[in-house]
Amino acid sequence: MKRIVVVALVVTLALAFVFLLSGAMLELEPAAIDLRAPVSAHLADSGVSHPVTAVLLNYRGYDTLLEIAVLLLALLAILAVVGDTAATRPVAAHPVLQTLGRLATPLMVVVAVYLLWTGAFRPGGAFQAGAVLAAAAVLLHLVGLLPGWSTPRLRLRIGLAAGFALFLAVAAALLKQGSLLQYPPEAAGALILLIEAGLTVSLALILAGLFLFLAREEGA
Amino acid sequence: MTTGFVFALAGAALFALGVAGVVLIGHLLRRILAFNLMGSGACLVLVGLAQRHDVADPVPQAMVLTGIVVAVAATALALALVRKLHALTGQLELPDDADD
Amino acid sequence: MTLAFDLLLALSLLWCGWRTLATPRLDRAIVLFITFGLLMTLAWARLSAPDIGLAEAAIGTGLTGALLLDAYGVLRRRRVEP
Repeated sequence: MKRIVVVALVVTLALAFVFLLSGAMLELEPAAIDLRAPVSAHLADSGVSHPVTAVLLNYRGYDTLLEIAVLLLALLAILAVVGDTAATRPVAAHPVLQTLGRLATPLMVVVAVYLLWTGAFRPGGAFQAGAVLAAAAVLLHLVGLLPGWSTPRLRLRIGLAAGFALFLAVAAALLKQGSLLQYPPEAAGALILLIEAGLTVSLALILAGLFLFLAREEGA
Repeated sequence: MTTGFVFALAGAALFALGVAGVVLIGHLLRRILAFNLMGSGACLVLVGLAQRHDVADPVPQAMVLTGIVVAVAATALALALVRKLHALTGQLELPDDADD
Repeated sequence: MTLAFDLLLALSLLWCGWRTLATPRLDRAIVLFITFGLLMTLAWARLSAPDIGLAEAAIGTGLTGALLLDAYGVLRRRRVEP
């Protein structure tokens, strides 16, 4: 009986929320702060020509720096939860699936590198490239060619932390000659590409690790 | 009624659906699904409202990009915790508080 | 014309979201969630946000779907063999 009352209350509140919010949204005036004009005005100095990449890695580079730190923290928390079990042997799938996995992986690596490079001019960038690489790693694990990851040793640890460390190093080096993450306009493009490359590698390892560090626990 | 408005309204409804799901559903895996619906709804509202006059706005797009990546990390951590809970206790719902 | 497409897409998003939470079978719910992610990718394309569409397809749908299915498989296997 009490459950029905709770359900009815929550549903009523949710419907009221939707109606009120819809009414408020339909009566919004134009925004007082519109950042489109400043973004495109300074796009030539930002080092890239795609506005979203410029916002992510130049105007709001600080947010991206903290975002990669948050991802690293989530991975560390997952490692803490899972604990210290041994790696299981990979379960080989059907040979046709394995061949498809072997064929698809080099293509996915090429697509990822292309996405990383083209992020400066067109939609793309480090996050999409890292996600495609992580998907390739998950695909290889599912067909049995890549075992699940046990507690990371030095090489994997360096790879996981490299993106964040590189970004932090660039930010610290720039701190000497201006404020945090204020790229000099002539070097901005190269610095952004460097940071994005480090982010891609780290992001691929972190996102793949979100899946692969959990994938071993079932065997033992 | 531009594209931005349509998806902003859909996002508001999705967010409310997700919140109702998180509050009412007991099964932890389904709660994680509802939480992801909440996140998608909020992202739609962010981008849809900014583009309600049909001009693309890069700033909320960058924020939503960050949000999606952080949401997947949160989902992965939540799934790791649910799996650990199931391994330790065999339950997939949080224990009810005893009625006083 | 495009308004009709947008309305249809928004309605199918809401319907997919509702069915995800309301199906009794968990594996069907996860597959419906993956479908929801793909519909979201279309929504991002309609909102002139191809970066977010790429990220949603790869991360929000692909990686989250794989994580959910992996968790479901482990939980079901552990429940079958006590």
